[in-house]
Amino acid sequence: MVSARDRRGRGGLPGVLKGLAATARTAVRPSHTAEYPDVAPTLPPRSRGVIALLEENCTSCMLCARECPDWCIYIDSHKETLPAATPGGRERQRNVLDRFAIDFSLCMYCGICVEVCPFDALFWSPQFEYAETDIRDLLHEKDRLGGWMATVPPPPALDERAAEPGEVAAANRPARGTGLVGGGGTRPPRTVRPRVVRDPPPQEPS
Amino acid sequence: MTLLEVVARAVAALAAFLVLPLVVGQAEHKVMAHMQGRLGPMYAGGFHGWAQLVADGVKFVQKEDLVPAAADRWVFRLAPAVALVPYLVALAALPVHPGVAALEVPGSVLLVLAATSVGALGTLMAGWSSGNKYSLIGGLRAAAQLVSYELPLVLAVASVALAGGSLSLATLAERWSPWWLLWQLPGALVFLLAGVAELQRPPFDMPVADAELVMGAWTEYTGLRFAFFLLAEYAGIVVVSLLFAVLWLGGWHGPLPDALGWLWTLGKGLLVALAVIWVRVSWPRLREDQLQRLAWLWLLPLALAQVVLTAAGVVAGW
Ligand code: SF4
Ligand code: SF4
Repeated sequence: MVSARDRRGRGGLPGVLKGLAATARTAVRPSHTAEYPDVAPTLPPRSRGVIALLEENCTSCMLCARECPDWCIYIDSHKETLPAATPGGRERQRNVLDRFAIDFSLCMYCGICVEVCPFDALFWSPQFEYAETDIRDLLHEKDRLGGWMATVPPPPALDERAAEPGEVAAANRPARGTGLVGGGGTRPPRTVRPRVVRDPPPQEPS
Repeated sequence: MTLLEVVARAVAALAAFLVLPLVVGQAEHKVMAHMQGRLGPMYAGGFHGWAQLVADGVKFVQKEDLVPAAADRWVFRLAPAVALVPYLVALAALPVHPGVAALEVPGSVLLVLAATSVGALGTLMAGWSSGNKYSLIGGLRAAAQLVSYELPLVLAVASVALAGGSLSLATLAERWSPWWLLWQLPGALVFLLAGVAELQRPPFDMPVADAELVMGAWTEYTGLRFAFFLLAEYAGIVVVSLLFAVLWLGGWHGPLPDALGWLWTLGKGLLVALAVIWVRVSWPRLREDQLQRLAWLWLLPLALAQVVLTAAGVVAGW
């Protein structure tokens, strides 16, 4: 039976001509080469180029350094005691960031540090042109990481009917407790205590 | 012929030999790139990488010239020259314009054919002397290929020689008429296929099949000697293309004034070279047995039929 025979590789002339046609067609179309150093590539806005640090937001909580899978974030900090703001008030303590460095020769661009930072101190920037001739120069210190902040794109716009971002929703909510403190409250108290009705105490015979 | 003329002719042939293969090589870089959706070289020399092959040449010159310990030193060193020089001779004998050829001999058809087949001998020598099994297999494949494709090639050329009644390329080109395009068509196809096979170009590049044999007979070569083999390959394309243009496409026959005949020859040759490049980009490599099959079962009978057809035509006085 002809149909049962293996006909692979028996395309013959049509296949040969198809090959010629395919290459000819490709030749007259624009090529796909990206002329990178001459023409800047168009990257998606959230592509992972380099990690930027917003130092003011960082509390030295060390979460990023502890979650980083290959331990390439280095943080040094110390505690400072702030004097009381008002006479007789309480002294306060805060963390001061001494060193924050990411070693991009080790970083695998997983983005866990950016995700895990609870204070929005780390951001992805699409900037990727920071190759070095010495691998040690890939250790970016605080000021260099801070410099990348200028290249961080604004967050993408929300979808049309998306829920409000958490911060906006919180800011728009009416301030708590207006009904109780301000007087003439509009809100009823949340809980109503049942009035306890007890039997009058038995009269003592006098 | 005065000494001055001899020198002038030799210099002209050498210049053509150094320039034309580079033009074809650069064309291959660019055409192949665009056929694959790429741009190819863009930097060397500034404008679309026109000097890429010059840069390659500079690089090859700087490389170390290695001779393997197990190699047959003299044969190994001689092989690139054996591969290269015959194409120089063949190129010199090719006429590009009425009466313009660096080397004018009565039987130039025979000279060109003989010279081009010596070129493949260089590959065989390289494979034999390298002391490397890949080289040896590559060299033997080259020899087998030479034996099978030489015959259809010579028969196809013989058919044209029969039709034109001469063994001189210049005379054959003079007697060419457009009617040959149809009459000699089977022979032309046979010559193109066999020529590509003789040059060991894809899809007939079994002797250097890099997936099987590393680089075939050239595996052990480095630097300038390796560059000579590459140059020989491109010079071979130039020779085969020009030969095809002169024998089957009428050389300098064309609608422009006669003084521009050489332009026609070179233009037609370039078209044929582009076809050779096109075929390389489009088709996969044949298997060794398919190669032999094609030669003996298709090309040889076709070439013989062409010779018979031509003979009939000549006798009938077409
Ligand atoms: S992106 Fe880099 S620095 Fe951040 S957690 Fe992953 S590996 Fe560590
Ligand atoms: S997780 Fe954020 S706030 Fe905490 S140390 Fe890292 S960058 Fe600073």
